Amino acid sequence: MSWITKNLWLIPILPLLAAALISVCKQPRRRTAATLAIGSMVFSFLLSCCAFATTLHSEHGGFREVANFDWFSFGTTTLRLGWVLDPLTACMLVMVTFVGTLIFIYSIGYMAHDENFTRFFCFLALFAAAMLGILIANNLLLLFISWELVGLASYLLIGFWFHKPSAAAAAKKAFITTRIGDIGFFIGILWLYSSTGTLLFYDNGAGCLESSALTKLVTETTFAGMAVSTAIAILIFCGAIGKSGQVPLHVWLPDAMEGPTPVSALIHAATMVAAGVFLVARVYPLMEVTAPGLPSVSTALQVVTWIGAITAVFAALIAVAQNDIKRILAYSTVSQLGFMMMGLGMGGVAVGMFHLITHAFFKSLLFLGAGSIIHGCHEEQDIRHMGGLKKYMPLTFATYAIGMMALSGVPFFFSGFWSKDEILHSAFTWQVSKIPFYLAAFGALLTAFYMTRQICYAFFGSYRGHKHPHESPRVMTVPLVLLAIGAIVLGVFGTPAWPAFETYLSGHDAEFDVAKLLRGETLSVMLISICIVAVGIFAAWQLYGRKPVKTADQPDPLEAVNGNVYRWLANRLYIDEFYDATVIRLNAAFAYSADLLDRVLWGGAVRAASLVTLAFAHINRTIDDLFINFGFDESCHNIRRSSGFLSKLQDGQIQNYLRGIGVALATLVLFLIWGCR
Amino acid sequence: MNHSLLLTVLTFLPVLGAALLLGMDGEDKKMSRRFSIGFSLLPLICLGLIWRQFDSGMQGLQFVERHAWIPSLGVEYFVGIDGLGFLMLLLSAIVVPFALVATPKEIANPRLYFALFLFLQTGLFGTFTALNFFHWFIFWEISLIPAFFLIKLWGGPQRTKAAYQFFVYTMLGSVTLLLAFLALFAATGTLDFIRLSELTHSGELVSAIGAKLTWSKLSPNGLVMLIFFGALLGFAVKVPLIPFHTWLPTAYTEAPSSTSMVLTGVMSKMGVYGFLRILLPIFPEQLRAVLTPLLWLAVATIVLSAYAAFAQKDLKRIVAYSSINHLGYCLLGLFAAVKFSSPGLINEKAAALNGVILQMFNHGVTASALFCFVGFIEQRSGGLRGLNDFGGLRKLAPVFCGLMGITVFSSLGLPGLNGFVGEFLIFKGTFSLAAWAASLSTIGLLVTAIFLLTMLQRVFTGPVNKRWSTWTDLTTAERLTVLPMIAIMFVVGIFPQVLLSFINPTVMQIIQQFK
Repeated sequence: MSWITKNLWLIPILPLLAAALISVCKQPRRRTAATLAIGSMVFSFLLSCCAFATTLHSEHGGFREVANFDWFSFGTTTLRLGWVLDPLTACMLVMVTFVGTLIFIYSIGYMAHDENFTRFFCFLALFAAAMLGILIANNLLLLFISWELVGLASYLLIGFWFHKPSAAAAAKKAFITTRIGDIGFFIGILWLYSSTGTLLFYDNGAGCLESSALTKLVTETTFAGMAVSTAIAILIFCGAIGKSGQVPLHVWLPDAMEGPTPVSALIHAATMVAAGVFLVARVYPLMEVTAPGLPSVSTALQVVTWIGAITAVFAALIAVAQNDIKRILAYSTVSQLGFMMMGLGMGGVAVGMFHLITHAFFKSLLFLGAGSIIHGCHEEQDIRHMGGLKKYMPLTFATYAIGMMALSGVPFFFSGFWSKDEILHSAFTWQVSKIPFYLAAFGALLTAFYMTRQICYAFFGSYRGHKHPHESPRVMTVPLVLLAIGAIVLGVFGTPAWPAFETYLSGHDAEFDVAKLLRGETLSVMLISICIVAVGIFAAWQLYGRKPVKTADQPDPLEAVNGNVYRWLANRLYIDEFYDATVIRLNAAFAYSADLLDRVLWGGAVRAASLVTLAFAHINRTIDDLFINFGFDESCHNIRRSSGFLSKLQDGQIQNYLRGIGVALATLVLFLIWGCR
Repeated sequence: MNHSLLLTVLTFLPVLGAALLLGMDGEDKKMSRRFSIGFSLLPLICLGLIWRQFDSGMQGLQFVERHAWIPSLGVEYFVGIDGLGFLMLLLSAIVVPFALVATPKEIANPRLYFALFLFLQTGLFGTFTALNFFHWFIFWEISLIPAFFLIKLWGGPQRTKAAYQFFVYTMLGSVTLLLAFLALFAATGTLDFIRLSELTHSGELVSAIGAKLTWSKLSPNGLVMLIFFGALLGFAVKVPLIPFHTWLPTAYTEAPSSTSMVLTGVMSKMGVYGFLRILLPIFPEQLRAVLTPLLWLAVATIVLSAYAAFAQKDLKRIVAYSSINHLGYCLLGLFAAVKFSSPGLINEKAAALNGVILQMFNHGVTASALFCFVGFIEQRSGGLRGLNDFGGLRKLAPVFCGLMGITVFSSLGLPGLNGFVGEFLIFKGTFSLAAWAASLSTIGLLVTAIFLLTMLQRVFTGPVNKRWSTWTDLTTAERLTVLPMIAIMFVVGIFPQVLLSFINPTVMQIIQQFK
């Protein structure tokens, strides 16, 4: 085992220690807090790079080392946790620590005036620790533990400005909505544990993702003839639906934008929400396994694909009609996560993960850019109150434009083009159905459209706000530039000509072959993709770019095209209202009836019992009074009367006694005479 | 086997303290407080000694003391502990001083209050060590008396009603329990728990009952069933199992907070302890015969009490219902573990029972800490504790919010804190043994999160409620009061093996008993 595998635990532990130290240090020590958090992240980044370098030296079939340890024992078994180092872990580690470090640095500038600066860094470091824990976990339970802890960090950070009721509500909503998915995930874990007897992913052939366990799972069937593996995979996917904001549990993610913008960039764009995608990639052997003799795509992967496809289009549609700059990006994130799920479902781990990595760079770039805009426009988030910012914030504009083009999938020079192209390509060749391809294409079109709309609103035309906008300080723009470079360069590793990322994950060496680019299928999908982007950008430019809106209260040009559709989209298809009217109300009704049941039925039964007892007691007392006591009292009375009479006899007067004796004597004599006769 | 007197000393130390406290003259409040806290800490030292001598790898009883008492009635003084007993002693020894320290300084008539508390502690210790029904029952009942007076004399506006309901309801359960044991005694001539379970094991119990007892036209098995129901009712009320729970919210709410801490922290464990120590070993077959309805009742307890907590508007009532919910998990795991008599599935049964006992300890720590925090809120607000009476307190009292937040997250089972490990083990075991019951019960996990987070949201976030603008953060004394409990939450959450190493041998023994 290499030294880095042995010490892989240091990567999450360093930020955790930083968080612990910050939490005990006093409030005014801002510099200490920032130094600790960023320092720990830098160290973790360096270690991650070492880990990454180690995984590059692969022999056949890819690099994988695990280190397991005992946590506790019960019965005759021991629950073992552990960590794993393989390409999947390593690439995610590098991405998370790199993007994380940049966002931490950016936060120094963004949160400079916040009174709870140290607490912010404490929570950020806690988040980083938990997130890195998810990545290195070699045990589904350890993954779940870290998974819940990132949920906690997300809860704390969304509600960071807790004095705003909306932020507190959003934090609660996020925690509870994701926990709904986590309940499914939890049941999946229990099921997997009880079926295979282990939760370790890899354990020298005895792990739950290794062939012997998988064969067992796929041959057992549960209700409706479904393979146990399918049921477990879908349950685990429930967790991913919650965390990655897939339909129908996506509602929390846009609200999560109540948190500070660096949080939105780090947690709700680049890393935590992608944890769901990572989870699916991690348990991919379980997801894709099918019974021997059935070569078709596994049911679980079909579910993943469909959920992803629906989410991709659904969220992109909503994003078209939003006006809050962060909410547009939030819906965009939801949509892109749908794309990643599609990629996983149809193309395999490499396709989904590649989009995850490129998206992490350009989406955190966009969020940080949005943060820079918000900062520069004095906390203004409504794009209708912006406009013409390219003049005031040139650097932000340049980097934002790069992010926008990467997200839209502008060809050749931007990473997003290549990663999205791979998804479209795998959708094009998917054997089950062609519909996901059309959905993905439509989603890509919408993406180009809403991003162009946003850029037109924010940077072109004339400034429609009140306060004078300004460029952000260096500490905020330098991370933007670094991320922008990433958003461009990363594409190189995933072109069909040199699929370095894919081969890295599968443990082969990449070969450079330009001819692959020009194969019929690849080329046609690429052409389709280019056309889609062009149409999207062109349409949006026609609507928003050529005649920029003049005033903030002018109706949206799209509204003029079709008011009804626009209103539906602007109101997020009324999903939140729908949930309010159904799930939330149902829940409240359950609570009300449980309370009522308690007070009326169970409580009533107890009260009835006590009333019956009391009534019985009363009857008893009455009987006592009427019969028993009456008789007793009467006899007492008689005794008293008779004793009174007796006592009267003994009045102490001798003459009375003598009289009595005389009468008795006379009677005795008379009796004797009478008797002797 | 060692013959030290540690358990007896431990049991009677607090009552000695109570006697000394009542015998002291003067009404020095500070003095009686310090004295009783000091005295309630002595058992911890005793337990430290026990911990050092305790052989955690050994199955069966340790520290046994056994003396003939009333031989003609089969009554012995018979005490001893295994892992379960040890953990419950530890819990009582931690929670009682914790509650004493958390008692407000301005409490009326402190001497009597503290003396009753110490008296209660003796009752608890006695219940968790006694192995002969005779004096076990005395301790079981004796712990009710101080609890009754603590509610009746120091409680809230509805205290009289609450105290009577609490007392009479639990007494009812105790009466059926007593009748059940009188029947057992009449049939077997022994009141010894260990002996009785041996009789069950060898099958002599049913035949003895069949030979000695007749009632109506019941078969021996029917008679045992009837006896079992008597005992079951006693424990079901105490835990409580829905629908025998209605005394609990009122009692917990009306009791002064420091009393609620002991009621929920330790006294609620007496019921589960009874299930594990008495019902499981003596009546495994009978339990199995009515298992399906019992499992459903456990699920109902979990889900309904969580929903009922969600509907409450009083912080104490919320915590009280959440307490019912958490004990529901204990019963769920316990019932699931008895479901199959086959010798297989040992690890599943062991997981469930390990989880049950760990959950008992965890809930004791977490729920008493929650009541402690609610008590702190009450002291600051002058008795107000409505869900909507506050708002924005986190800004004024960040440490208060942080520490209470940790407790709340421990209660809703956040990994890394104590609650998670117990619940995970219970669910792990239950899922393999009764998948539907486990799956349905997860609704409880979700609803718990909803109502606890709603509580945090209403009390601590949003704009500061003007009325409480002078709200103070936790004082140093208050911080020191809760920090040990928070530390326990972390330690058990991260290193559960510390406690599981005590629990597992006991669990394995219980499993062997109901083969």
